[in-house]
Amino acid sequence: MSIQLALFYFFAAVAVGSALAMVLNLRNTVASAMSLVITMVSLAAVYVLMDAFLVGALQIMVYGGAIVVLFVFVVMLLNLRQDDFPPPRQRFVKALGTLLVLFALGKLVAAVPGALPEAVARLPEGFGGYRDVGTALFTRFLLPFEATSLLLLAALVGAVVLAKRRLD
Amino acid sequence: MIAETIGKILFVLLVVMGAFLPLITWVERKQSALIQDRVGANRADLAGITVLGLLHPLTDVLKLFAKEDFVPEGANRVMHLLAPVISLVPAIVMLAVVPFAGVYDFGGERPFSFVIADVDWGLLFVFAVGSIAAYGTVISGWASNNNWALLGSLRASAQMISYEVTMGLSVVGLFMCFQTLSLQEMSLAQDSTFRLLGFLEHFGVVDTLPAWLGWLQLPTWGIFLQPLGFVMFLTCIMAENKRPPFDLPEAESELVAGYHLEYSGMRWGLFYTAEFLEVPVIGCIVTAAFLGGWSIPFLDTQTLISGIGGTFGTGFATGLALVLQLLAFLAKVIVMIWLQMTIRWSLPRFRYDQVMDLCWKILLPLSLANVFVTGAVILWMKELGA
Repeated sequence: MSIQLALFYFFAAVAVGSALAMVLNLRNTVASAMSLVITMVSLAAVYVLMDAFLVGALQIMVYGGAIVVLFVFVVMLLNLRQDDFPPPRQRFVKALGTLLVLFALGKLVAAVPGALPEAVARLPEGFGGYRDVGTALFTRFLLPFEATSLLLLAALVGAVVLAKRRLD
Repeated sequence: MIAETIGKILFVLLVVMGAFLPLITWVERKQSALIQDRVGANRADLAGITVLGLLHPLTDVLKLFAKEDFVPEGANRVMHLLAPVISLVPAIVMLAVVPFAGVYDFGGERPFSFVIADVDWGLLFVFAVGSIAAYGTVISGWASNNNWALLGSLRASAQMISYEVTMGLSVVGLFMCFQTLSLQEMSLAQDSTFRLLGFLEHFGVVDTLPAWLGWLQLPTWGIFLQPLGFVMFLTCIMAENKRPPFDLPEAESELVAGYHLEYSGMRWGLFYTAEFLEVPVIGCIVTAAFLGGWSIPFLDTQTLISGIGGTFGTGFATGLALVLQLLAFLAKVIVMIWLQMTIRWSLPRFRYDQVMDLCWKILLPLSLANVFVTGAVILWMKELGA
């Protein structure tokens, strides 16, 4: 087993383990958020192992460094405990949710073996670097890229409007 | 390959952790004393020998190790113990992409590059690792079960996230000038000079500059190509460091002591180690990006090696160039440390809204304008065929 493969299994296991820890930990919300950070960082390591360096760095910077910090920020401010949450949902809703999740999981597991390529493709020169990603973003994917920024701007303005209404 | 990497790691740790880190607490004491017209630390002695107070770092560590390691009641024990480590590790890891000297051809398989990990996305790595450091302060405040500490860590996280945004934007102009994100490649690009009045030729004001103006040259350092970028980057990275005048998270007059209020002994010392360690690390990063890295001004590597190589042989000349440029890098880092210390002891603490206004209302628009102007100038120069 090569070092890359061993590292992949290690980081994949950490990512899955900490993701489970995040969902199953009901007692401590901040600990859940920290598990999410570990998931993000191990995902970034997996990206780097796949030569997607820029995505790996952005994963840590944006998700690990900014978004989850804001999650932790909110969680700490609210300081919620178990009894602050609404009572659990109806049994029927629970069963339906479980069925839906199992269905999606089955589809995913069934899709994975077919998606694996026969032979490993060779990466083109400069793959995953900031130059290639930047060129792709500003040529082939310019319209989706700009549309996303519009979407984010709309969300931003919406948040300000909602917050302002409460302040006024 | 592996032996080379381990050698570089040991060297970097020895220089930064072994020499800069202990000395910097002494420098902090002595420089503050100088600025405040005092004598400064000079009492710690070993059999009557004080060596200018140089023994103080040693006594500090002894004291910190001897103190009780205290975890307050109601605190989250695991996270309380983990937080100082999360603060300290990123500062050390950042050093992996810092080029301490240039690229030298000793006739081996590959040229020798004096950087631990010469990755293509060097400065992005610094930002990514630096953003993790915010968790150390955030978690320490929350896990302490103390409202003052929590307020301190809330301030810390808001401040660090805000300045990360501006810090990234303030160096985009630099990326555009050097066409790279790697700190080693940036240093290589800064290893030359440009004529200060060369633009007159491009605009057709004069056909060729008179020869006597030839001495009007500047190194192609980031600070000369991106002066505004340099000021903004230095401001942001110092705000990330959370030392005065940006020490809002630990403003003792408002928050008792801030996020590390409930820490004692060496665990508290780790927070301070992280803060002190970041000073030379910031010096290294700013030097590599803006101050020409290891390059000696007006003496590029080629001239240096061929100049010495004529009498002493190329192999010796290359080795000497490595040592000289390493010394040049360390000298620049020391200048940056001096600058940070002077700022730290000269300016009073900002008010919290001033810190946020500086980031979002001044630095962010300025950095966007800087990106725009830099792009326009680069396009213009391409039009002119420069």
